[in-house]
Amino acid sequence: MKSLAELAAIRDKMKNKVVIREGSNETRVVVGMATCGIAAGARPVLSAFVEGVNEAGLAGSVTVTQTGCIGICQYEPVVEIYESGKEKVTYVKMTPEKAAEVIEKHLKGGKVIEEYTIK
Amino acid sequence: MKELSLNILDIAENSVKAKATKVEIKLEEDGEILKFSISDDGCGMKPDFLKRVVDPFATTRTTRPVGLGIPFLKLAAEQTGGSMEITSRHIEDFPDSHGTTTSAVFYKNHIDAAPLGDIVETVVTLIQCNPDIEFSFTHVTEDRTVRLETAELKEVLGDVPLNNIEVILWIKEYLVEQYN
Repeated sequence: MKSLAELAAIRDKMKNKVVIREGSNETRVVVGMATCGIAAGARPVLSAFVEGVNEAGLAGSVTVTQTGCIGICQYEPVVEIYESGKEKVTYVKMTPEKAAEVIEKHLKGGKVIEEYTIK
Repeated sequence: MKELSLNILDIAENSVKAKATKVEIKLEEDGEILKFSISDDGCGMKPDFLKRVVDPFATTRTTRPVGLGIPFLKLAAEQTGGSMEITSRHIEDFPDSHGTTTSAVFYKNHIDAAPLGDIVETVVTLIQCNPDIEFSFTHVTEDRTVRLETAELKEVLGDVPLNNIEVILWIKEYLVEQYN
């Protein structure tokens, strides 16, 4: 059974990490979660990013969050990636499978997957 | 929407947009009826705006911030023989007790009833994306009650945010365990 004691252990473990995190250049993965995005499948895409980023060991430098409708509803689910010093990359018609590829090639490998983007 | 849990996610996003600090999601299943309500302490809506949000044809592009989410939910509920209701108190008229409650009733056995789907994913997604909002989740079925109060977790976590990945994975398992 999950217990609050486990949460306390996570808290204690994180105490040191939080400090390191504030100093690093954070990458933001932003998933469109308005009605259009949700209806098109944004929830499993966001979940794939959260879990995939963790499995890739990137949880300390990549945050996954949401935004509203960005106006290109026909291309949902839309995911924007913000990296400091770089131009924003917009991935369209995303799926959990494409998310796994983006984590591997883009977030880990530093290479934008052009065929999934829109300019 | 393929799952009711997606409608619930979508409606809860309205609470986020209304700058709610507390959002309460309640589900209740009894026999063939599924009821849910989402209550928030956000800015609320004025009566004339409230009238418009339930009608998709009156939603013009200037009122797009609300869009089709509510009409989708209304349709999903009504096509099972159920109903949807929204009550709201705007912050200007009710400075101390503002907020919105959206509730819906579904008949689960109706051929047009969408499945509830992955409600755990909905709750976890909301917390992941809105770690500063206090979420209260209760799901009462005939044989159990599943609940999660993020305020209780925060008390233990202190400065560690609710969307810390290890916390998120803990929350997900904590909920799944309650359903098993």
